[in-house]
Amino acid sequence: MIPEDLQANPEVGALSDIVTAAKFEFGELTIEVAPESILIALGRVKRDLKYERLTSVAGVDRFPAEPRFEVVYHLQSIAKKSRLRVKARVPGTNPRIESVVTVYRGADWYERETFDLFGIVFLNHPDPRRIMMPEDWEGHPLRKDYPVTGMRY
Amino acid sequence: MVNETGITSSIEVEEDYERHLKDTKGVRTMVLNMGPQHPSTHGVLRLLLELDGEEILKAAPEIGYLHTGIEKEFEAKLYQQGVTLTDRIDYLAPLSNNLVYSLAAERLLGLEVPPLAQWTRVMLAEFTRLNSHLVWLGTHAIDIGAMSVFLYCFREREEILRIFEMFSGQRMMTSYFRIGGLALPPPRGWQKRVKDFVDVFDSRVDEYEELLTNNRIWTGRTKGIGYISLEDMLDMGVTGPMLRGAGLEIDVRKDAPYSSYEKFDFKVPTRKENDVYARYLIRVEEMRQSNRIIKQALEGMPSGSHQADAPGIVLPDREKMKTQMEALIYHFKIVTEGFRVPAGEVYQAVESPRGEVGCYMVSDGTQKPYRVHWRGPSFGNLQAIPRMIEGTLIADVIAALGSMDFVLGDTDR
Repeated sequence: MIPEDLQANPEVGALSDIVTAAKFEFGELTIEVAPESILIALGRVKRDLKYERLTSVAGVDRFPAEPRFEVVYHLQSIAKKSRLRVKARVPGTNPRIESVVTVYRGADWYERETFDLFGIVFLNHPDPRRIMMPEDWEGHPLRKDYPVTGMRY
Repeated sequence: MVNETGITSSIEVEEDYERHLKDTKGVRTMVLNMGPQHPSTHGVLRLLLELDGEEILKAAPEIGYLHTGIEKEFEAKLYQQGVTLTDRIDYLAPLSNNLVYSLAAERLLGLEVPPLAQWTRVMLAEFTRLNSHLVWLGTHAIDIGAMSVFLYCFREREEILRIFEMFSGQRMMTSYFRIGGLALPPPRGWQKRVKDFVDVFDSRVDEYEELLTNNRIWTGRTKGIGYISLEDMLDMGVTGPMLRGAGLEIDVRKDAPYSSYEKFDFKVPTRKENDVYARYLIRVEEMRQSNRIIKQALEGMPSGSHQADAPGIVLPDREKMKTQMEALIYHFKIVTEGFRVPAGEVYQAVESPRGEVGCYMVSDGTQKPYRVHWRGPSFGNLQAIPRMIEGTLIADVIAALGSMDFVLGDTDR
């Protein structure tokens, strides 16, 4: 699902064997990969494409669609003055994805936040605890089936 | 060690101590809880410090005490209502946050904001930078022990807050930038108020510098303190004056200009020393540069409308609303049901006083944002604290923390 005008794009080209979808909207490039290949993808993005900085990791809940969650990585290249978005879709039951802390150490807190608020488990994370909510909190507040008011489900 | 009788036996204490010495290879360490209510953390940050004497072996920041679920609340509010929430994220830089939120929504809507609104946004965003840097300088100096700087800084800050009040009616929670332009047209007589301020401000910065820059106590407490390598900072997600203090010329205003920043002439100060003192000099220079930008905005302020011409999105003029039926209908529809934003996702970055604030906005085509992720600069900066203070002395922690200039509301959201 790579549009023709993106075939020649260097970012898409470097990841051509693992890209599942790509789009260029609002002046921003989004590359989608399977959750299993996220470590390879970001490793190449950092090493080959020179995106030195991981700006943020965010979760998006597409409830009730399946795969339910999106894990969105925003990257920035200071040398090229460009930004890139890498996305992986994770299923709603037993959502899990490999942690990218080994590639970008700054992912640490962002992944903890995404785990805390969405319940997406980051495998091999060095410190997989909640970060915003209390340790004994039940549920994950930013899920779409979690109410805005009230204490529990 | 407590035995069955409830009395601590000295033998057991001795044994426990022996075991402890064996575990820690003879080093006696102590865990000190700094915060969550420590005055120098400016908010509620808890730092767990493992100490060997006065040296910090390990530091572990604990955040989340100010978590208010703002990201969840965005999803329950209309697009235009979300602006008020952004004020409350980083309460020292409300207008930078208004700006990044409005810009993100405007990109999704494809709205073109008229020049007057863009220039006013630049001017007030720079006032926000001054406001934030003044609070930072005053409190940072107090933390280190220089009391009087605070009073001087707050003298100027008060005038800035009065200017904010003049424009928006609010001193701190301004919500002045709205999707499509400004909430109100700039007030009558603002030019004189702003001119009076910019004319004296440079000499006021000289005053602060006179108090601190060559002050031997100040330099003794800040020079060579709080070093962290540039690679570590980039890796941990640090942005803003911290990076510029390490010699990297990075500024979103220059790299990806927004709101017509490309029309302004200003420099991005950098230094090589990469310590608390360098960060102080950077911020002082940034204040001078912000003043330059405000002067340019004052002189070259374009005329025209303060809002985009987008009837279904921007609230109609009050006078029109009372005389024209269409305007009344639009007003009613915007207030009661909001406006639809085309589906899509954008990441908008803005240079806030603390670094890069990013707003990742996902729209599903309805009147409410589907998801807003707030990339607060303080969150990324705070992550690097252990790297910065491990191996240093506990007395330098206060200076090192202060040089980061974080706001806990921005960290915890």
